[in-house]
Amino acid sequence: MSKNVSVAKIIKQSELAEGIYDMVLDTPLSAEAAPGQFVALYCSDSSRLLPRPISICSADAAAGTLRLVYRVVGAGTGEFSKLSAGDSVRVLGVLGNGYPIDEARDKKVLLVGGGLGVPPLLFLAKKLSEAAGSDAAPAAVTAVMGYRNLGLRFLSEDFSAVTNAIDTSDDGSFGFHGTVVDAIKAKDLNFDIAYSCGPLPMLRALASLCADKNIKCYVSLEERMACGVGVCLGCVAKTTGVDAHSLVKNTRICTEGPVFDSRDIEW
Amino acid sequence: MTAFSTEIKIAGVTFKNPVMNASGTFGNGREYAELLDLSKLGAIVTKGVSLTPWEGNPTPRVAETPSGMLNAIGLQNPGIDKFIDRELPFLEEVRSSGTRVIVNVCGHSVDEYVSVIERLSDKPVDMLEINVSCPNVKEGAIAFGQDPDMLRDVTKACKSAAKQPVIMKLTPNVTDIKALAKAAEDGGADAISLINTITGMKIDVEKKRFLLANRTGGLSGPAIHPVAVRMVYEAAHAVDIPVIGMGGVISGNDALEMILAGASAVAVGTATFHDPDAMIRIIGEIGEYMEKHAVTDINELVGAVS
Repeated sequence: MSKNVSVAKIIKQSELAEGIYDMVLDTPLSAEAAPGQFVALYCSDSSRLLPRPISICSADAAAGTLRLVYRVVGAGTGEFSKLSAGDSVRVLGVLGNGYPIDEARDKKVLLVGGGLGVPPLLFLAKKLSEAAGSDAAPAAVTAVMGYRNLGLRFLSEDFSAVTNAIDTSDDGSFGFHGTVVDAIKAKDLNFDIAYSCGPLPMLRALASLCADKNIKCYVSLEERMACGVGVCLGCVAKTTGVDAHSLVKNTRICTEGPVFDSRDIEW
Repeated sequence: MTAFSTEIKIAGVTFKNPVMNASGTFGNGREYAELLDLSKLGAIVTKGVSLTPWEGNPTPRVAETPSGMLNAIGLQNPGIDKFIDRELPFLEEVRSSGTRVIVNVCGHSVDEYVSVIERLSDKPVDMLEINVSCPNVKEGAIAFGQDPDMLRDVTKACKSAAKQPVIMKLTPNVTDIKALAKAAEDGGADAISLINTITGMKIDVEKKRFLLANRTGGLSGPAIHPVAVRMVYEAAHAVDIPVIGMGGVISGNDALEMILAGASAVAVGTATFHDPDAMIRIIGEIGEYMEKHAVTDINELVGAVS
């Protein structure tokens, strides 16, 4: 696994929901990318210095493409959203550890995503679906994906194509009315490992549910980042134990993460 | 093509070129080893090392600003013992290529600085840079760098403990940088480096909240470069010891401004976050400038502004 800066061409880009964009890049990083990892894109406006971390929504090694689904949150992502086919962008990657996919073997897997936490789980769902029939196959996979409302629903069909998917909406405009954790409880979903990504309150609730049931739960965390490669120590998460890098209780999300065993995080 | 030399000397230590990283923006080199050729650098300056592990500040610790960024990391680091165990062997390897190793030392008290310096006395380290200028830790650090008398005393204490030449890293958050530069020189410093970050603040107006958990942070990046050049100029003209210039350098021209203002060497910080190859590019651009202007020895450029 190596990290580098490269220039990638945009193959296509579209808006999936309000402010949520789907960008496909032509890049050899597609051969290395694993679910849960991320890349960081540089702005062409050099007054915006820092690369923007974006999770990988899927990678097609054969086609040499990387799919990124992201939300416009400021000027930097705003700049990316205006790129179209043929334009290019500087990419730092592949970054982060990714989900430990081998632990899904023979397990009843639950994928839990919320909002912009949904995209990286699609990559994982695809990999788990590809494993079907092999030794590495999970026993079953269910995805529970939460959205604010119908207008902000995206990637639902992509999920349905590869796995058993349950959608939830905060306002009841579609799917289950409530949070993903409400849905897991209401439907009494039976699982023995969870992989998740989403807003902190969602992850906290899921981690607590899994702790009560004594089920292993992996969470993907986010934090404001600067370097993306573990030198600046900007993006740390509080851990229950002493971290290996600094011997304190602050682990680097960009390098030791972004995926952590929920029991290692100080919630 | 004219032959030219980029070799510089600071306190008896020869550097193959005047470009190094600024402490805290490059880890201990290892993290960037797959992104650039470390042996091309004049020196690697380590992340600040303290006596015991420091946990740093709460998050968010970083925020982007126009042509810059604020950080309030708080010098999170594993402490000197782990540094010696884990990081120094790698740095020793890089050092064998002629790239110099400078260890940045931080502390909450004079005793802590001295203890770290003593642990490094028999280690393969070329120079020590003493951080008396971090704006993000509550005790020590910047306090030592803002009062000339305290700075002189801490410099003296570091110098008497050190086996390697000592660089005092100065803060720009003072009224008169010349007085601080002189105090470091009076205390026996072999060199000074400046500027550390400028204290700043950013507020999210929608949420009416500070962007950084620490409320204030240190501003770095191209936004501070003209301030840094001015302060390097003032400091270089106030002392006879060499100056290492830093603050917002992102191009060869930015580095040359520092050198013309009086810096013998230049450190590159935030630019590496924007372009991991920035230091290598800057070394190349300095070379191009020297060729273009038929400068055979980079030392001719030091302080050559008129």
